Amino acid sequence: MSGFDKRVASYAEALDGLQDGMTVLAGGFGLCGIPENLIAEIRRKGTTDLTVVSNNCGVDGFGLGVLLEERQIRKMIASYVGENALFERQLLDGELEVELTPQGTLAEKLRAGGAGIPAFYTATGFGTPVAEGKEAREFAGRHYVLEHAIVGDFAIVKGWKADRFGNVIYRHTAQNFNPLAAAAGRITVVEVEEIVEPGEIEPSQIQTPGIYVDRLICGSFEKRIEKRTLRD
Amino acid sequence: MALTREQMAQRVARELQDGFYVNLGIGIPTLVANYVPEGMEVMLQSENGLLGMGQYPTEDELDADMINAGKQTVTARIGASIFDSAASFAMIRGGHIDLTVLGAFEVDVHGNIASWMVPGKLVKGMGGAMDLVAGAENIIVTMTHASKDGESKLLDWCSLPLTGAGCIKRVLTDLAYLEIAEGAFVLKERAPGVSVEEIVSKTAGRLIVPEYVPEMQL
Repeated sequence: MSGFDKRVASYAEALDGLQDGMTVLAGGFGLCGIPENLIAEIRRKGTTDLTVVSNNCGVDGFGLGVLLEERQIRKMIASYVGENALFERQLLDGELEVELTPQGTLAEKLRAGGAGIPAFYTATGFGTPVAEGKEAREFAGRHYVLEHAIVGDFAIVKGWKADRFGNVIYRHTAQNFNPLAAAAGRITVVEVEEIVEPGEIEPSQIQTPGIYVDRLICGSFEKRIEKRTLRD
Repeated sequence: MALTREQMAQRVARELQDGFYVNLGIGIPTLVANYVPEGMEVMLQSENGLLGMGQYPTEDELDADMINAGKQTVTARIGASIFDSAASFAMIRGGHIDLTVLGAFEVDVHGNIASWMVPGKLVKGMGGAMDLVAGAENIIVTMTHASKDGESKLLDWCSLPLTGAGCIKRVLTDLAYLEIAEGAFVLKERAPGVSVEEIVSKTAGRLIVPEYVPEMQL
């Protein structure tokens, strides 16, 4: 049964094989549900020239922001990068390339990548700068843009709980892009808050089935809050 | 008098219907949630993957894993559901949202909207705005009628890069409620105390002024 045991012993082992120039898909929205320890491990490893696909790029000093500090990211594919002063500077200095992608198109690119669909048509972005240079086609009188799927060399994912088979569930809106990234990675690494006994998670409740997961590790998380808003 | 942000939200709230699924953008649109009429139920969609957004949390309820599309901490109301971001945009792109309210820099008589990019300024990204305008049938744009320098934001052609083409039919500004039809803005209502002349003078795009323009009810 050890063939289905996805657990690895260390973060170094979790990211073994990650090399300069690779494409990394990262789950998370803002700072919610980000694989914070795997990001920290990429920083420690010092891997550079990375293309990172993530809805956002963290903030200064936390999340994917820490990879900017060491200039490890060459290209960022994201929908919104507004919370990060270092990002702005590297972009203006030409050290960093960015491909801004509508949020729903980004999500669907990952979904398609994981599902073996090479490209899809969407109305999103038609007639805007996003559609420039892309094939367009009319269906039933509406215009659509051809968008290509994304597959990553590695996917780094934050789950809530998993069993050793790599069956994962997510907690609340920390789900976001995580299951999409998980399915679209050639090597998918998931870090969770708790590894539970097989059978503890109801099979019908599993959000990322273990078939998508190559390596699993249990970590502890800071879970920094980006915008703490309370009612009076 | 031009409408305040709160009054604009109040006017938009009059477009809500019991049982509506609604996506509210950041800024004035967010305030619409404060004016849902008594006895009416609406379900707020947050595009990161939450349908049924509730109030902001109390200190005890605060949870880093529970945020909205503006990255603010929130709660889920009774009847809420949570899903991944591809499912969230399937809802949006698939036309399942009953009403979408969002802000803009410019809107034109062709229904084009520009809301995400000012050339020369740093571009932070479009987030989900392009998907929202491409997928929704029923969209209300909220914005001030003119910029701080007095430049009209209601144009014949948007001057800024577009967020979506030919997708806007209704605009609420601080001065007026307008619809877009047959290549023109049609003035449907004016803010209380605002004259038709003022609206005409601040609208750069082709404007149709009906014989009678009622004052807005809030």
